[in-house]
Amino acid sequence: MAEADILSHIETALSGTIQEQHSSHGNDTIVIDRDDLPTVLSQLKEHPDFAFNLLLDITGVDFFGKEPRFEVVYHLYSLTHNHRLRVKVRLTEESAQLPSAASVWKSADWLEREVWDMFGIKFTDHPDLRRILMYEEFRGHPLRKDYPVNKRQPLVEERDPITNPWHKG
Amino acid sequence: MAEAAAPLLGAQKDVAEHDPTSEIMELQMGPSHPATHGTIKLNLTLDGEKILNCDVEIGYLHRGFEKMCEQRTWNHCIPYTDRLNYASPLINNVAFAITAEQLLDVEVPERCQYIRVIMSEISRITDHLTCLGMAATEAGAISVGFYLMEARETLYDLVTAVTGARLTVSYARVGGVMHDLPHDFAERVRTAFTDMRRILSDCDKLLSKNRIFIDRMSGVGAISPEDAISYGLTGPLLRATGVPYDVRKAQPYSGYDRFEFDIPTGTQGDNYDRFSVRFEEIRQSMRIIEQALNGIPSGPIRIDDPQITLPEKKQVYGNIEGLMNHFKLVIEGVKIPPGEAFLSVEGANGELGFYLVSDGSGRPYRVRVRPPCFFGMAALGEMLRGCLISDIITTFGMVNMIGGECDR
Repeated sequence: MAEADILSHIETALSGTIQEQHSSHGNDTIVIDRDDLPTVLSQLKEHPDFAFNLLLDITGVDFFGKEPRFEVVYHLYSLTHNHRLRVKVRLTEESAQLPSAASVWKSADWLEREVWDMFGIKFTDHPDLRRILMYEEFRGHPLRKDYPVNKRQPLVEERDPITNPWHKG
Repeated sequence: MAEAAAPLLGAQKDVAEHDPTSEIMELQMGPSHPATHGTIKLNLTLDGEKILNCDVEIGYLHRGFEKMCEQRTWNHCIPYTDRLNYASPLINNVAFAITAEQLLDVEVPERCQYIRVIMSEISRITDHLTCLGMAATEAGAISVGFYLMEARETLYDLVTAVTGARLTVSYARVGGVMHDLPHDFAERVRTAFTDMRRILSDCDKLLSKNRIFIDRMSGVGAISPEDAISYGLTGPLLRATGVPYDVRKAQPYSGYDRFEFDIPTGTQGDNYDRFSVRFEEIRQSMRIIEQALNGIPSGPIRIDDPQITLPEKKQVYGNIEGLMNHFKLVIEGVKIPPGEAFLSVEGANGELGFYLVSDGSGRPYRVRVRPPCFFGMAALGEMLRGCLISDIITTFGMVNMIGGECDR
């Protein structure tokens, strides 16, 4: 299937679920609703015309100050048809949660843990939603735009080696 | 007497009933283990020496790469990308620059594309040499490790000649590269490759048919192609399972479709196949570099647009427009129009992707890296299930986790 007609093909196959679609800078994008996410993702993977068997990436974007505040972005790739697709879900700050894709692709497990860790977006039926890059005691979600860049949360109290050396005298 | 003996008898009974060979043991390996060249923690559940379950903890080298990039101009991010996969920094540089250029909808001159291909492939070879050398060392073949390091040094000399640094190269720019290749570069590459070929054939003899090495690697850490795809594995890890997916062929960038090269694949998806795939990829990369050096055209090495690339020094010191362009670019950065782009390149460990969002200011609104070894680490538990503790070292070596990239 040619690159150009994926979007129209997806639109006919998944009619009614796609809120918005566009193609820019060589990337085809569809925007869907959170409630349609499980069916759309599993269809995109299972449908032989799409066969998006490789989940490349899940990430979030924080549009702080705008509504809806968060975007969760999925990048899919089909090894069979050699095409890429970006799927977006928009979330408000009050209900920053969406269903997990861990049952569709195994790579979603860690990727969703990272989105939770960095943005505080919850994946409701995730098997094991722990922090992944930060430590469990960490408070807040560092990639949110309202998390200060210079804020520090050391686990062990920081020590000035000049005024408070290990060996005094 | 009888009263004193009772607890002793009880303790003996406990020992007799408690069979230590059936005990399930929890062992925490890492985060700083002498045999793993990376800071990770493995929470192992062991039955004797057999691994029942392996929970991988990463994040020890997290330093907020994505947050840092959001505070800087586009070109300021280039040095940060050096520190992602520090075994192949040029590929990261190029990947970031290409994605930013896609957002700008510009194409760099042909010579620049050739230079980027040559430098990326040199980086791929240094990365594979590091991975293979370390894996051989950890498996006990220390001399092979040193031979491969010697080969790597000849390539680092080339990288130094072009960029001025061994690892922290910061060579690519949005819209071009920092400066041109040295005039005798082709000659230097030919000399270096003569040495490389000799060392590679030595190491091939020492390892590829070495009984001990094959016993340590073959059948260990295997993963099926279906699982590999589901875990998002790419690069040598996926190709070792027999799936011939290479971004350079599937979605060519920077003019990779000009060159002829093969995609080596394995059959078993085990450590030995990963080793062989990487070994063969070194030869294929040398092939690409030789073709590129034969066909490299002359011409500019960056886009001639004062909105994107720095003007010549003569212009900066000679006239007010040049000075203003230079000042605006350094202080405010390249003004990339609002939009978003995802582009991936074939990194040494797999598909390295950048997802960039611009809001039209001189700074990226969001920088996201798709680090290839993150997915390898996610699949590590699956690969190790049923293996022995000693297999962790070889499998971890072949996944080639680079902390800077995995933890960002």
